[in-house]
Amino acid sequence: MNCSCEYSKENLLKRISEIQFVCTELNLYMDTHPDDMAAKEDFACYASELQDLIGKYEELYDPLLGFGLSVPKAGSWVRSAWPWE
Amino acid sequence: MWIYQKKLEFPVDIKCPDVKMAKALLAQYGGPDSELAAGVRYLTQRFTMPDDRCRATLNDIGTEELAHWEMLGTMIYQCLRGASASEIEAAGMAGYFTMHDKGVFPCDPNGVPFTAAYIQSTGDPIADILEDLAAEQKARATYEHLMTLTDNPDIIEPLRFLRQREVNHYQRFGECLQILQEIIPNNNVRYKNQFAECCTI
Ligand SMILES: [Fe+2]
Repeated sequence: MNCSCEYSKENLLKRISEIQFVCTELNLYMDTHPDDMAAKEDFACYASELQDLIGKYEELYDPLLGFGLSVPKAGSWVRSAWPWE
Repeated sequence: MWIYQKKLEFPVDIKCPDVKMAKALLAQYGGPDSELAAGVRYLTQRFTMPDDRCRATLNDIGTEELAHWEMLGTMIYQCLRGASASEIEAAGMAGYFTMHDKGVFPCDPNGVPFTAAYIQSTGDPIADILEDLAAEQKARATYEHLMTLTDNPDIIEPLRFLRQREVNHYQRFGECLQILQEIIPNNNVRYKNQFAECCTI
C-alpha cells in the first residue's frame, strides 16, 4: 500500500487518532467549563471533521464501532485486525 | 453503556520482545495505581457525585482510562510476543509464566493480583476527588519510573503520552475540587436535598 497517499489506511487512522484526541481533550475541558463558547465552537468544528474522517475510513476500510453504530461497508468487524495485533 | 471502538487511543507497535519491560508494565495494568484501578475508581465514584460537571468528568476520564488500560495490555502482549523461555526466566518472570503463560493478567510486577481494595468510593465527594488527584499523581510518578527503565522508543512514546494524560486528568480533577468546595459549604440545593432525602429513609 502506498503510505504517502492521503487516504491510505495508515494515514486515515493516524488522522482520526489526532482529531479524536483533540476532541477528547476538548470534551474533558468542557466537562468542567460547560459554558466556554470558544471551546464549544472548536469542538463542533473538530467533531464534524472527525465524523467525516471516520466515514471515509469505514467506506474504504474496516468498521470502527460495534453494536450497529458503524454500518460495515468495506471491511468486516470480525476479520479486521484487532488493535493489539 | 459503552461502545467499543476498534482502535487504540494512541498507537502501540513494539517490534521486539522485552520481557523485563513486560514485567515492569504490569504496574500500570494491574497494580494499585494502574489504569484499571483508575477506570474502576472513577466510574464507580460517579454515581454519588453531586455536581453535573464533576459527574461528567468522572464519567469521561473513567472512560479514557479504559482506553489506557487497553494500551497497557497491548504493550505487555507485544513485549512478551516471541520471547523465549530462557528470556522469560532471565527477566524473573518464571512464576508469572507458570501461572499465565503469555496471557495478560491484571497483577503488579511482583505477581500480586488486582483487588478492589486499591480503590475507594466513600460517597463523600471531596474525599473521592482528593483520592482521584492522588491517583493521577501516583500514576504519573509510575510512568516516570517506567520511562527510566528503557530506552526503546517503541515503549517510551506511548509511556510519554500516558504520563501526559495523568497530568491533564489531574488538572481537571483540580477544577472539580474547586467546584465542590464552592458548592458544598454554601447553599447548594441539590446537594442538600440529596442529603436530606437519604436521611429521611
Ligand atoms: Fe488518568
